[in-house]
Amino acid sequence: MAWVQRNRTTLAIAAAVLVASYVFYYAKNDIAPSMFGAAWGYAIPLVLAALVGVIGERSGVVNIGIEGQMLLAAFAGFFGAAYSGSMIVGVLAGIGTGLIAGGFLAWTTVRWRMDQIIAGVVLNIIATGITSFYLKSGQTLPGVIPNVDVPVLGSIPLIGETFFSGRSAIALVAIAAAVLVHLSLFHTRWGLRTRAVGEYPSAADTAGINVERLRIINVTLAGSLAGLAGVYLSMDASSSFERGITAGRGFLALAIMIMGAWRPLRAFVMALFFGFVNAIASQLQQSGLGQGEGTGFFHGILGAITAPQILGTLPYVATLVVLALAAGRVRGPAAAGQPYVKKDQ
Amino acid sequence: MSDPTPTEGTPRPVGHDTSREHLAAHVTNEAILDLPPEQSGFGEGNVGEVLLDIEGLSKSFGSVRANRDISLSVRRGEIVALLGENGAGKSTLVNQIFGLITPDTGTVAVKGDTTPIKDPKDAIARGIGMVHQHFQLVPVMTVAENMVLGHETTRGGGVLDLEAARRMVRELSQRHGLAVDPDAAVEDLPVGTQQRVEILKALSRKVDLLILDEPTAVLTPQETDELLGVMKELADSGTSIVFITHKLREVLAVADRVYVLRQGQVVGEVATRDTDARGLATMMVGREVVLSIDKAAATPGETVLEVEDLHVRDDRGLGAVNGFSLTVRAGEIVGVAGVEGNGQRELVEALAGMRKVDSGRMALGSLDLTRANPHQTHHAGIGHVPEDREKHGIVGSYSIADNLVLNEFDQTPYAKGGVRQFDAVRENAERLREEFDIRSSGVGQSAGSLSGGNKQKVVVAREMSFEPTLLMAAQPTRGVDVGSIEFIHRRIVEARDAGAAVLLVSAELDEILSLSDRIAVVHGGAVVAEMDAKDADRTEIGRLMAGDH
Repeated sequence: MAWVQRNRTTLAIAAAVLVASYVFYYAKNDIAPSMFGAAWGYAIPLVLAALVGVIGERSGVVNIGIEGQMLLAAFAGFFGAAYSGSMIVGVLAGIGTGLIAGGFLAWTTVRWRMDQIIAGVVLNIIATGITSFYLKSGQTLPGVIPNVDVPVLGSIPLIGETFFSGRSAIALVAIAAAVLVHLSLFHTRWGLRTRAVGEYPSAADTAGINVERLRIINVTLAGSLAGLAGVYLSMDASSSFERGITAGRGFLALAIMIMGAWRPLRAFVMALFFGFVNAIASQLQQSGLGQGEGTGFFHGILGAITAPQILGTLPYVATLVVLALAAGRVRGPAAAGQPYVKKDQ
Repeated sequence: MSDPTPTEGTPRPVGHDTSREHLAAHVTNEAILDLPPEQSGFGEGNVGEVLLDIEGLSKSFGSVRANRDISLSVRRGEIVALLGENGAGKSTLVNQIFGLITPDTGTVAVKGDTTPIKDPKDAIARGIGMVHQHFQLVPVMTVAENMVLGHETTRGGGVLDLEAARRMVRELSQRHGLAVDPDAAVEDLPVGTQQRVEILKALSRKVDLLILDEPTAVLTPQETDELLGVMKELADSGTSIVFITHKLREVLAVADRVYVLRQGQVVGEVATRDTDARGLATMMVGREVVLSIDKAAATPGETVLEVEDLHVRDDRGLGAVNGFSLTVRAGEIVGVAGVEGNGQRELVEALAGMRKVDSGRMALGSLDLTRANPHQTHHAGIGHVPEDREKHGIVGSYSIADNLVLNEFDQTPYAKGGVRQFDAVRENAERLREEFDIRSSGVGQSAGSLSGGNKQKVVVAREMSFEPTLLMAAQPTRGVDVGSIEFIHRRIVEARDAGAAVLLVSAELDEILSLSDRIAVVHGGAVVAEMDAKDADRTEIGRLMAGDH
């Protein structure tokens, strides 16, 4: 089948993760489910944020402001809910903030042709400033994001437990969004036009497509996904807003986007891979491996390697390795980062 | 406004013979061209109606007046050529018809409708199609995807119907006899095929007027002939064509009428059957043009360049130059003739010091340059006019003045004690601009904004101004207009007469034949024959170039 042929890399990675998972599952039944839960829990905001990056770059706009968008949304969501006393208001405030931040980025980079990197940095700095300055401690959320159990799918061993039962609504939206963005990007008119605008805008222009309008719409709407990712961090994964709660996830998402070759489903798998490495690292940290008593040279080396701080870097080291392997083999949208200037201007 | 009888009563000759004689034998009804439509009997709705009518069109970019008060008209089923030197304003003109550029003043009327054309979408809706000089195709997408971009067939809910797109590609390609694979990625296709896709893309929207912006610049002679045939067929079925080119042969072969543009103005309009190559060239340049160069016999001196059994690899690491040996003496032009891709590019790059030599030897006089870098070859006295002037000839963002001292900027008088001397740079530039007729707004203008011919003149001026002992010119007139070609050819001959050795590498056999004193034919990276230009026979060289020796 042509589809299998085209997506063989994604399928191979997904299958490898799956097989490894099941081996793990049956070998160490006690820790596996919680570890997969942790892995997916960590991956949820990364999936959403990576989709923001994919939509932006596929349209020709590099978005390094995802971090700031998430941070602002996490802030607006948490305090929106805390002050209004309604979780729904909070979620909508977060998504709305993501949209506004996306709109800001779209307008400055596309309409005003501001440098895309600088615009993203500005957004990040603004977000850090605002959320630190107006931060109020001692606030609590009026409720929780409800969990949803998906009937049939939820009963599959491991997969069902991890993805489809006892998970919050945002987690399900993240899965749906990845599938939806993937299908839209490669099988709809919107997707064809978006890819054309990100690859070779003048070809799209001469075919009668309004390049700037499509870019602005895409980058703005993608902001809602960044908003949801922020909401997840402050209202679901934890129920408090802390300074710098995003902790670089917006940038990690860009690495995941590249690792996923600018394809939504592949990025989903990569986010999961990243979450998995993260979960393994925390398991190792907790197990106190190599930190036991003992002396001697090798023990010292082992102790140094397995120090919790070093183990904590494992996900980032894994990212570096994968990115290095992917370098030169994947190719991003050709026009990403370049404003489109018509002949006349 | 439809065209019920496309072939009947067409005022242009029917037939596919491209020879002059054939065209001359037909009558392009002159009266029809001269009379307004209502009097000629070809009124509205009839074959021959005015499809495109441009009145007083002007467009300026800053202080450059790209188009000045241009008026022209195109009738249904007519092929109109826009002829002019590089920078004459042809592309600006057609970009205004296609809505890519908004005119400052003047009107563009399509089928009598004078509302301004807002954007390409508007132009497409009015039946205008355009094949751009730089293909407007998304390289990573398939032919079918490119074809439907902007007017996609969907299955509801915005889901693409790519099967319908493939069907459309197959149908169109069959109807027009232009074979393409709908599922091939555009970036994998040769240029000629990419252009076919461009043409089919334009035809896939209902077009009454097809604009072709220098469509033959990238084509081989066979592909060009094929394209001209397609154009004629389209015109016969009622499509009007506006055709930009500066190749006179093509104009004479295919166009009904020619508008000649010079410095943004229409300087002449003529039916092709009333003119010839010489007449068109004169109109284009504004003076008599020497299409073949006059030169005295060469008086060769001592040997300057000596290349012995040279081996060089190409970018993929395969042997491109395989045992090339040649000598060039002072005061003679040696032409290297050959089909492109037979190691010429690698040879020239190796001689210029840009490419590593595998084995063999090259020397300039007594100086061994086998391992030299470009800096050393330049200072040894080699002037190099590179094949790819955009990449290796000029720095587009630098001024003309800086480009003219690119290889000497750190030498006196252009620098003293590590500080650049801008007065000297400017003086040099002013002198060369005058001497080499570089048309620009001033020497401070960026070289990248010049037309192709003028960019080439900048390169030629720089490489000839330091009086090289060896001048290497690779494809010196590629993509250059007739006036500049003549100029560059004359300068090359003058360099020879001043005692320089000249190595001319060109894919244009005519250029080799008219300039060279001696000709070396290359095939497979080695010289397969050497002859005196006096004894050269065109067919014989063609045979040798094809590898028949």
